[in-house]
Amino acid sequence: MFENLLVQGLSGLASASSLFLVASGLTVIFGVTRIVNFAHGSLYMLGAYLAWTLVTNLPRGHFGFWGGVLAAALIVGVVGVLIEVLLLRRIYKAPELFQLLATFGVVLIVQDLALMIWGPQDLLGPRAPGLRGATEILGVRFPLYELFLIFVGPVVLGLLWLLFHRTRWGTRVRAATADREMVGALGVNQRLLFTTVFFLGACLAGLGGALQLPRESVNLQMDLAIIAEAFVVVVIGGLGSLPGAFLAALLIGQMQAFGILIFPKITLVLAFLVMAVVLILRPYGLLGRPPASAHAAQVVEPPYPPPSPAFRALGLATVAVALLLPPFLGDFALIVFTEIAIMVLFAASLHFIMGPGGMASFGHAAYFGLGAYGAALLVKHVAAPMEIGLLAAPFAAGLAGVVFGWFCVRLSGVYAAMLTLAFAQIAWSAAFQWVELTGGDNGILGVWPSDWARNKLAYYYLALLLCLGATLLLRRAIMAPFGYALRAGRDSPLRAEAIGMDGFRIRWVAFILAAVAAGIAGGLFAYAKGSVFPTYMAIPRSVDALLMVLLGGVQTLSGPIVGALAYTWIHEQLMRLFELWRLLLGAVILLLVLFFPQGLAGAAQRAAEKRA
Amino acid sequence: MTLRVEDLHKSFGGVQAVAGVSLEVAAGELVALIGPNGAGKSTCFNMLNGQLRPDRGRVVLKGEDITGLPPRAVWRRGVGRTFQITATFASMSVLENVQMALLSHRRRLFDLWRPVAREDPAEALALLARVGMQAQAGRPCGVLAYGDLKRVELAIALANAPALLLMDEPTAGMAPAERVALMELTARIARDSGIAVLFTEHDMDVVFAHADRILVLDRGRPIAEGRPAEVRADARVREVYLGTGATHGGH
Repeated sequence: MFENLLVQGLSGLASASSLFLVASGLTVIFGVTRIVNFAHGSLYMLGAYLAWTLVTNLPRGHFGFWGGVLAAALIVGVVGVLIEVLLLRRIYKAPELFQLLATFGVVLIVQDLALMIWGPQDLLGPRAPGLRGATEILGVRFPLYELFLIFVGPVVLGLLWLLFHRTRWGTRVRAATADREMVGALGVNQRLLFTTVFFLGACLAGLGGALQLPRESVNLQMDLAIIAEAFVVVVIGGLGSLPGAFLAALLIGQMQAFGILIFPKITLVLAFLVMAVVLILRPYGLLGRPPASAHAAQVVEPPYPPPSPAFRALGLATVAVALLLPPFLGDFALIVFTEIAIMVLFAASLHFIMGPGGMASFGHAAYFGLGAYGAALLVKHVAAPMEIGLLAAPFAAGLAGVVFGWFCVRLSGVYAAMLTLAFAQIAWSAAFQWVELTGGDNGILGVWPSDWARNKLAYYYLALLLCLGATLLLRRAIMAPFGYALRAGRDSPLRAEAIGMDGFRIRWVAFILAAVAAGIAGGLFAYAKGSVFPTYMAIPRSVDALLMVLLGGVQTLSGPIVGALAYTWIHEQLMRLFELWRLLLGAVILLLVLFFPQGLAGAAQRAAEKRA
Repeated sequence: MTLRVEDLHKSFGGVQAVAGVSLEVAAGELVALIGPNGAGKSTCFNMLNGQLRPDRGRVVLKGEDITGLPPRAVWRRGVGRTFQITATFASMSVLENVQMALLSHRRRLFDLWRPVAREDPAEALALLARVGMQAQAGRPCGVLAYGDLKRVELAIALANAPALLLMDEPTAGMAPAERVALMELTARIARDSGIAVLFTEHDMDVVFAHADRILVLDRGRPIAEGRPAEVRADARVREVYLGTGATHGGH
């Protein structure tokens, strides 16, 4: 018994090392550039693929293997430099969500590039020369390579410590982590510093990936799998803190090793639960410090301008098309129209907290998905009719909004985004792993509308009615005292409190309302598709919502509607016409972030103002 | 007595920021709280408005103990505030800024239905008229001149018919002519409506021209109190401002 626990603990240490390699790069990059690099998992994946190519092509033996691994790490470092110079350098001053999105665009592009170069099949690498066998520890066999990995983590931590404390460059990095503005004022070449830091971080990620080669197969899912865990580690440790990341990696590594023994059903949730708990108790992580200049980050948002007559006419025309055209459409077009109506509400619900509320949510899919599951579970377990299911959807999502929102609205910026992401991942893991209840990966099938709504046209009108109605209600709330109070808290929390506003309660209620609205959208989506899957709550769906809102423009009223229409259409076309749609979608995201930061509706508004 | 402060104490770590401050402000009276940098003015202020909880002592407003209440509760009991660096809602018009305070006063913030645009603007406009900002009611707060923002803050502070106005450095960042105008306006409103005003201020011209009484702090302790002429003549005050005070006076 004891021997088994020991082995379990040792393999936990080995995973902790791999996790630390990735997390250390992520946290160093964040410390200096304040960018949360979603693409860090992609760099890790690239490291693994490159190492596979190099190691299998180089002559066998120590040089071939270790040389290949190191070369892969260095190449990934160069890729990191390219990303920094071509993309991130231009958006250091942009809001956090734009940066997250931009790096997510890179994730999509790398996914398709890897698919193009290495193909869809899993690749198996050779084992490490000299470390092929196993050793006996207390009579239990333990792989030598795992033992080697255990030492890699602390060695890298030590080397990084020396680098940061014994070199001029490292001193600058630490200074920039503590106070970026000051270091700039002291005449340090920031550009070079940022680029080199990115090189280092990317190398570490690449090394982490390359060292996985003898442990597991290389595949296209590595990037999102590792990035979710690396986020957890970095957030638990405290963003920007290297020792924190090491500590957190140990914690998570051990938890996963023993979690399988103790709670085999909730291994996926466990890490995110720990992260949520840490963020609630210590909002800036175990060893993190609160951001130095939180007040300086105050952005001044313009007022909502009244819609121009042309814009109003366009809006009416859109509604007219939505009402009058469908009877003349075929089934496929009706399905697309229904989906667009649902996405408009989904986007509007996120916009409600992002625009007027100024809150960042990177996990809005949780409420969409919980709406869908709320309905589908009733169908599966008590054979409830659609009418009940559609009532249950907003209720289930709203309940999650009450609980998750209570924690999320206390934090701001990156930390809020990370906590919303954590909750979304918890919801996703529950749907994925709790197979008896949710059917796991197979989802829940047979979620069909009642007879009267089974016809595609009838269901479209039902969806349109509910989605348009809920969207208009949200809009109405934005123009009512509640929406103003929400904006007031965003514009100046100090003033809002000084005129008697309870900012926490206002943001909480807004969060709940947004969750309820997303739940309605999710419920309608479930009956439109006839099935629900855990992917409804996965990261890409949350990103969909963000893209729709940002594409339309956060600080416009019509933004989410314009954004949902444009995005759903673009998405549909890309998926239909191109094999490599992810690559193109990623490119669209980058274009959006770089050239249309105010979104389409915002850009249109500017153009109209210029003409006037 | 509108405001009665008894024996306030506050320390941060080992540093005694405020030690034994007591003061009173009557309706219609302007009292200035002055002292060199680090004297404890801001700490004192933040204990009155609810931002900080005093270690010891009481804050009594119109006979009710409000010690340790959060800022929003302090406001509900009739304390209006202006800030050293103006804090307004930049994405809203001047009128809407004042309307927000009125809506909050009437506890209508959770109204999800009735558009703010359909509220009767008469009351908000009347408040803006009192501070001379009626003509700019429709402009966004984000584009106003700094002096005008200060006036908007005053109108916001008046929205819940306060018994006490707390003004932190009301004329900071303003041109000299504007300073006089703003303080004259404040004094007139205070006397007309019987509002007690407590303010901190760096500009001694403003203090001696407009304060009815002055309380001088040094290193967290009150060292003098009285009418402007008395305080001006006080030897210890002179010492703090002109003499040895420089050694701990900060910048």
